[in-house]
Amino acid sequence: MTAKEYQSASDKAIPHSKSYRNIPMAFLVGGLLCVLGQAVMNLCLYYGMEKDIASACASMSLIILSAVLTGCNIYDNIAQHAGAGTLVPITGFANSMVSPAMEFKTEGYVLGLGAKMFSIAGPVLVYGVSASVIYGLILFIFGR
Amino acid sequence: MATRIGTYTLRLDKPTSIISFAAAGSRKESEGPLGKYFDCINEDSTFGEKTWEKAESTLQKCAVTKALKKAFLTPGDIDLMLAGDLLNQCIGSTYGARQMGIPYLGLYGACSTMAESLLLAALLTEGGMGHRCLAATSSHFCSAERQFRFPLEYGGQRTPTAQWTVTGAGACITALQSGPPYIREVTIGTIEDYGICDINNMGAAMAPAAYATLSHYFHDTGTKPGDFDLILTGDLGVIGSQLLHQLMDEAKLSITANHKDCGLLIYDRIEQDVHAGGSGCGCAATVLCSYILPQIQEGSLKDVLFMATGAMMSPTSVQQGETIPAIAHLLHLSHTSGKEGESC
Repeated sequence: MTAKEYQSASDKAIPHSKSYRNIPMAFLVGGLLCVLGQAVMNLCLYYGMEKDIASACASMSLIILSAVLTGCNIYDNIAQHAGAGTLVPITGFANSMVSPAMEFKTEGYVLGLGAKMFSIAGPVLVYGVSASVIYGLILFIFGR
Repeated sequence: MATRIGTYTLRLDKPTSIISFAAAGSRKESEGPLGKYFDCINEDSTFGEKTWEKAESTLQKCAVTKALKKAFLTPGDIDLMLAGDLLNQCIGSTYGARQMGIPYLGLYGACSTMAESLLLAALLTEGGMGHRCLAATSSHFCSAERQFRFPLEYGGQRTPTAQWTVTGAGACITALQSGPPYIREVTIGTIEDYGICDINNMGAAMAPAAYATLSHYFHDTGTKPGDFDLILTGDLGVIGSQLLHQLMDEAKLSITANHKDCGLLIYDRIEQDVHAGGSGCGCAATVLCSYILPQIQEGSLKDVLFMATGAMMSPTSVQQGETIPAIAHLLHLSHTSGKEGESC
């Protein structure tokens, strides 16, 4: 068997992800998180907050919830079933910061926690900020 | 001294035995089908330590101490220790061995380390370079995850091909003329790379190495798969095992009837949700030391080919887009020494 033939045999041997279960679960959990965010926002608006502040409160609530669940070793168990449902919303971002912070605390607060905290979220920040700058430039040049 | 037979295999001329062996594990391993055969189980995977690396060292020390105790030996009775693990600079082993005072050689063979250390221990013992040599290895799920993959609490979904690193350690002590299990031949593996680059599909990366070493052994010794009660691979898991069967079938050396994989023996794959099976240095080591060696000792298994497989990549090489090279080392373990005029 040549390397190429082996790679195709290997591709055939790989079981597929259980999409029939993963996709509905991601939809359900991701949707529920959005409903929760919306509920917080509506509650804030009900108590007379400005829309901008109410929106920030909703994001912060989800971030805190995700950070607390990560700290209590619960988040990864939910994420194992929810998949993209917990990864894509802002909860996934919070988890990607808190989990390395917890894990690498043993290497110290500076070179461990501080440095490794961005090991997963760092690329998202770099390319997210870069994309927003490029978008801003395009808007500045052509959007007037 | 051992005699080279064929190109890759060495035959041990003097009867070389494994005089003592021990396996240590943690809770998930104790809940698996082989849990009851382990010598020591600590339900707490931190092993009372503050870091996962220290936990792994304590785990390995636990297996080594138990193996010594079972043979009524002290560290001073061991002439040489050969050990390795998955951690950077093999700190699991060096920190585990630092208070023992045994002459020490560190090894890196990834998940093949049990076979690598044991075959070297056997060769050195047989060659008269040590009366008693100790081979040990370990892996810890938590220390491996943080080094090779993601933090433990990161909410990522594991792929169906992913394997679960065993939290376990195994230790074997070799000496001459001491009864079964005997080590009769060893085949040192060659690095094989069939172009697999998925770090979550180690079984597929390692199967060609297992195929190469097995073929070399059968060719060198003139034996065939049917001559053995069991052909035991280290941690190919469900995908790697299937691919190995395909490769062996194609070479007209089918092993389907008597092949088992430690990665599929140690856990209940479905119940314990370990996807493609167990992996890590501790996988082959614990299955060998807890479940297989006692059976060879009592004679319910007569001839076993034990072959631990290792994926020799690093996180850096994977990030640089390199494919995964793999290795497999083989030992023929037997209830009989194979020497004329000797009772076993």
